Amino acid sequence: MDKPLKKNPLSLQLDPNLFQPATEEEKAQQIVTRESVSFMRDAMRRLRRNKISMACVVILVLMTLAAFVLPSFYPYTYAQQDVTAQYLAPMQYSQKELAKISQGISVFPHLMGTDSLGRDYACRVIYGTRISLLAGIVSAFIVVVIGIIYGAISGYFGGKVDMIMMRIVDVIYSLPDVLIVILLSVALKDAISASKNLFIMQVGAGLISIFIVFGLLYWVGMARQVRGQILSIKEQEYVLASKSIGASPARIIRKHMIPNCVSVIIITAAMQIPSAIFTESFLSFLGLGVSVPMPSLGSLASDARSGLVSYPYLLIWPALSIFLIVLSFNLLGNGLRDAFDPKLRS
Amino acid sequence: MGARFLMYTLKRLGMAILTIFLVIMITFFTMHAIPSSPFSSEKAKSNATIAALEAKYGFDKPVGIQFLNYLKDVAVLDFGLSTAWVGSTVFGLIKSGFYYSAMIGLSAALIAIILGIILGAIAALTRGKWPDKIVQVVTTALVSVPSFVMATVLLLVISLQLKWLPSMGNQPGGMVLPIISLSLYPMAYITRLERSSMLDVLGQDYIRTARSKGLRRGKIIFKHALKNALSPVLTYAGPMLAYILTGSMVVENIFSVPGLGRLFVNSMLRTDYMMVMGVTIFLGILIVMMNFLTDVLYKVMDPRIDLR
Amino acid sequence: MNLLEVKDLHTSFFTPSGVVKAVDGVSFNLSKGTVLGIVGESGSGKSVTAYSILQILTHPGRIVSGSIKLEGKELVGASEEEMRRIRGNKIGIIFQDPMTSLNPVFTVGNQLMEAILLHTNRNHSEAYARAIEMLNLVGINEPDKRMKQYAYELSGGMRQRVMIAMALACEPDILIADEPTTALDVTIQAQILELMMDLQKKMGMAIIMITHDLGVIANMCDEVIVMYAGKVAERGTARQIFYNPRHEYTKGLLNSIPNIDSDGKERLIPIAGTPIDMLNMPAGCAFAPRCGQAMKACLKQHPEEVWVAKDHLSACWVNVREGLKNDAIETGEGGKIVRIDTDKGEKHE
Repeated sequence: MDKPLKKNPLSLQLDPNLFQPATEEEKAQQIVTRESVSFMRDAMRRLRRNKISMACVVILVLMTLAAFVLPSFYPYTYAQQDVTAQYLAPMQYSQKELAKISQGISVFPHLMGTDSLGRDYACRVIYGTRISLLAGIVSAFIVVVIGIIYGAISGYFGGKVDMIMMRIVDVIYSLPDVLIVILLSVALKDAISASKNLFIMQVGAGLISIFIVFGLLYWVGMARQVRGQILSIKEQEYVLASKSIGASPARIIRKHMIPNCVSVIIITAAMQIPSAIFTESFLSFLGLGVSVPMPSLGSLASDARSGLVSYPYLLIWPALSIFLIVLSFNLLGNGLRDAFDPKLRS
Repeated sequence: MGARFLMYTLKRLGMAILTIFLVIMITFFTMHAIPSSPFSSEKAKSNATIAALEAKYGFDKPVGIQFLNYLKDVAVLDFGLSTAWVGSTVFGLIKSGFYYSAMIGLSAALIAIILGIILGAIAALTRGKWPDKIVQVVTTALVSVPSFVMATVLLLVISLQLKWLPSMGNQPGGMVLPIISLSLYPMAYITRLERSSMLDVLGQDYIRTARSKGLRRGKIIFKHALKNALSPVLTYAGPMLAYILTGSMVVENIFSVPGLGRLFVNSMLRTDYMMVMGVTIFLGILIVMMNFLTDVLYKVMDPRIDLR
Repeated sequence: MNLLEVKDLHTSFFTPSGVVKAVDGVSFNLSKGTVLGIVGESGSGKSVTAYSILQILTHPGRIVSGSIKLEGKELVGASEEEMRRIRGNKIGIIFQDPMTSLNPVFTVGNQLMEAILLHTNRNHSEAYARAIEMLNLVGINEPDKRMKQYAYELSGGMRQRVMIAMALACEPDILIADEPTTALDVTIQAQILELMMDLQKKMGMAIIMITHDLGVIANMCDEVIVMYAGKVAERGTARQIFYNPRHEYTKGLLNSIPNIDSDGKERLIPIAGTPIDMLNMPAGCAFAPRCGQAMKACLKQHPEEVWVAKDHLSACWVNVREGLKNDAIETGEGGKIVRIDTDKGEKHE
């Protein structure tokens, strides 16, 4: 180490200075470590980068705004009939309206045309969208709340409690849910027409029975998922480690268990919504849903059948609306699932 | 394998029977909670007439007794008499309606399963390339369309506008559109299921082993991959049946097919509660038995499943 | 002629997050009947090298350049059909986890006979007989019963024996063993290794043993390659590697082995730093950030592979530094270093 380094005349590219030891800072510079982010933030970032998912979020937000805010500003209502303006094509004006325009009065165009009773169709479709979104979101909410509580209790306590609770889940799981929804709707429809309560009448047999059935039956999927997550987390070594350094159960649940459940909860909830929307529109199509004159995308589609050939747009608009909503939720659900997949962590 | 398998099957059967019982109970008590009578809606009848009719059908006895009687009857497949179609038994009507629904339903199911598996496998094998992309786009779209929309659109375009196929079920070739309408959603669903299952399997170590032994690609896929990729699809069989049964309610309505679904809707509209109960229970039994069969079949196909 | 000649192999994985150069210029030769060990930590590229030979790389992976010659015949660029004739036939491979490497829905016998039926002219009953023969060879009792069983019904050690039987059924010239004992209990490990040595003597095939366990290398291997971050750090006979390591990484590995004779008071000497991130490779020598002897040259440029003794190759600037000091460098055309005589000026151990 003390002998001076001789210059080798044949390999001049070897500068003896290069053979001085490297300092720690120089070594550290070579390493580019990636900043570690929390799981949730990493997932959110990945979701944001997914263009399709972001487009879906935008569409859904716009549709929600349109469905809940627009009707207050809209010049027409969903029940407003005008026998002189029946079956107008989109953007078409009736004779009476044309007369008004020539007089200088502005008439808001029927963006989607009118139906058999001269009701502005755009307005009805917007209301129908509102019903669908309501069905989806409230159902998802019910499922999430009941499912999490049930699943967490069952998973956390384990043992006999868990066994009994899961047996109940098994039985409920094996019941044919759609049949029961239909059954309830049939039963409720009758009960509702007897009731004088305005709110119930507006919301309709369909929605109420959907909410009831979701509350009674559909949460089992979520409960199972949450329970499964809790059980596997309980066994994880980091929980054991936490316990062994004296962390309280509350802290363990909060810090370790919940974050791991959140992804499962969000994804499962996102998948529930299209199912609820389908069910609602299905019931309305059969006449078991909202009460006339409140429109649902399903009842609009059903009504469109008379006059289908002559006025196809009566079917197209509500069909497009459902398709857009459900497609957006489905794609968003896919995007969420990819975003939360730990194997894709970059 | 024998003894444990038998235990498993018996347990599942017991569960199925319990579920059927629950279905009957729920159906019965729900229908009987309806305030109005099945007779009150039709042409104004005097209360005396209604009372007489109710006595004839046994509606005047206390609910509990009615339920027990009903249970006894159902056990021998006597679902009672229809009130809307006077003179016909509920079961008789169910039988004739079931014939059509079964034909359409089974055809739709078969198409959905066969095409779904093939398309899903193709998509998995051509991952990332255009066949896969097309399959993914199309299935995502199909899965976002409810059955009644699909049926009505098909009716409009294929039948009424293009006039390629008849619009009514009892005309020759009239079954085609109902079958297609019912098969599209399950087919898309199965395709996606199969695709993800196949991709999963293709990434497994034993596929690598098979490759390292020098097996041909075709053999690897058909022998090693496919058998493993099939089981998730089997779990969808139950939900698929439920979908087809309920979907038939709208599809038969739209295409005027005299099947069970249309029967159910009509009996609802005409407040024939015996009919509604009968059909619901019948369909319920079908669904539960199908779930039972798939549970057992799944166990046969993959011996590792937990025998709980 | 060597049985297997790998020259300047480059295999990369083209992932959405970037390109990972899993194998970055690896060369070695394998002679008939020898046991070659490839040592390295996870991610060093040792398994990928093996998969490249058989061309069973999974999706984003591809051989980028280089040459792999089996008995003089070039494998890189060969058709899929030619490769299929080699897999399971001329070269057999066993993997780390025998549980997941066997298909769960088929019997052991079915999978065993598959390769036999494919590569040889035997009919069904002959293949069955050969399968039984193989099971006996690998030390599995009641072979007839085992043939009908499924993977999950066997123990870990037995499964690995089945894998070995499967790989050797067609009497290949080379057996590649990718961490064959890592997933097994320690006692079973010894049994499997013993079995492999036994079979090697009986059947005379060459073995490429891939492992991170130096103990396995010491017991079995004639020649050793030490890999780090996709490149060959050092290559030589087992004796040379263990008794005269010429790369700082190898020295680190050897130093970190606890001494069984120590009195328990000595501290363990691990290799400093954390394993390398293949997506963010430093300039210069990949090991430099963790190396106690790192010099400025190491950070600037990756050292070339240089012969430091007969059949002993190393890629480390420390050798060059010592060579300069002792004037022991032999250069060739264009000033390229050809050989460093590392014995010159040093005390022998």
